[in-house]
Amino acid sequence: MEIIGIIIVAIFVNNVVLAQFLGICPFLGVSKKVDTAIGMGLAVTFVLTIATIVTFLLQKGILEPFGLGYLQTISFILVIAALVQMVEIVLKKISPSLYQALGVFLPLITTNCVILGVAILVIQKEYNLMESVIYAVATAIGYAMALIIFSSIREQLALTRVPKAMKGIPLALITAGIMAMAFMGFSGIDQVFK
Amino acid sequence: MNNNLKVLVNGIIKENPIFVLLLGMCPTLATTSSAINGMSMGLATMFVLICSNAVISMLKNVIPDMVRIPAFIVVIATFVTIIEMLMNAYVPALADSLGIFIPLIVVNCIVLGRAESFASKNSVVSSIFDGIGIGLGFTFALSLLGAIRELLGTGKIFSLNIYPEQFGSLIFVLAPGAFIVLGFLIAIFNKLQKKEANN
Repeated sequence: MEIIGIIIVAIFVNNVVLAQFLGICPFLGVSKKVDTAIGMGLAVTFVLTIATIVTFLLQKGILEPFGLGYLQTISFILVIAALVQMVEIVLKKISPSLYQALGVFLPLITTNCVILGVAILVIQKEYNLMESVIYAVATAIGYAMALIIFSSIREQLALTRVPKAMKGIPLALITAGIMAMAFMGFSGIDQVFK
Repeated sequence: MNNNLKVLVNGIIKENPIFVLLLGMCPTLATTSSAINGMSMGLATMFVLICSNAVISMLKNVIPDMVRIPAFIVVIATFVTIIEMLMNAYVPALADSLGIFIPLIVVNCIVLGRAESFASKNSVVSSIFDGIGIGLGFTFALSLLGAIRELLGTGKIFSLNIYPEQFGSLIFVLAPGAFIVLGFLIAIFNKLQKKEANN
């Protein structure tokens, strides 16, 4: 029951983009076409899951036993940067087709604050390893979902006539605002799972 | 000196990180639920920006080109850790309300962007001025956004009553308001800039 609660809350109630404001830059940057949105969504899911496991083990295995908690930010960002590089190299070797699909999105992910954000959040929420992984996957699904819905709306919007000053980012932000309003309708369902 | 002043003004208006370059959107949207939160986030980022710009431009001849990005990130992360510890020690309430967005200054594209495009090519003094300029531009944008959201949502600016609270609409303090107000602000900025370009 608790696990289902974590999943529902991470996907709908506390949606990572629309309620927590993490990963806005790629959300605005790669959401012009549905194809690229799907690619980015997949890449985030993949890296976020691995990165959360690795940073969780780093925190519990090295930083906490040796009292190095203050190195959290520095060590996490370095591990994530190295990890993204490694995933890129390994993927190129093992699965060239997947590498082709994720290609350009992988290096962009280092600067995506979702990854570092979730890595720090699971430590703050004091989840265990199992819960952390589930939280990471659910967050990534929520991210991919918001990105894909948003990009389909933007594809339609590109065809409409709007005032020149509103074109592009301003209109995208207002659209995201209305989407966030719709997602606010989910708030409260997390009470069911408590 | 004149040149440094130009760098400073450039950062605040012409290359305003939020309204023109559209960088660092996450903290902009997340921490501007009130004017004071927005301003303190801006000042924290400005501190990191000035220090990391200064150190990186000092080290620019020492850092090999191949590993410059990881090296920059370590320098930035060091200053982020410093500001995080300082805020936890002296302003714990503020640190609580900014929460996870203090450590996330590390991945703020503005800081790394300035390190890469300005500090790694210019002298220490003009890098510091660039840090102040961009930092002020960022702080200005965040305070403005925070003030508008606070005013529309609760009828206050910096906790000063402007009109009674029950006339405010809470939606502007919540998540959707952040997106909508920023969208309109950027549109207004676009419009003003076009006018200037035409004249």
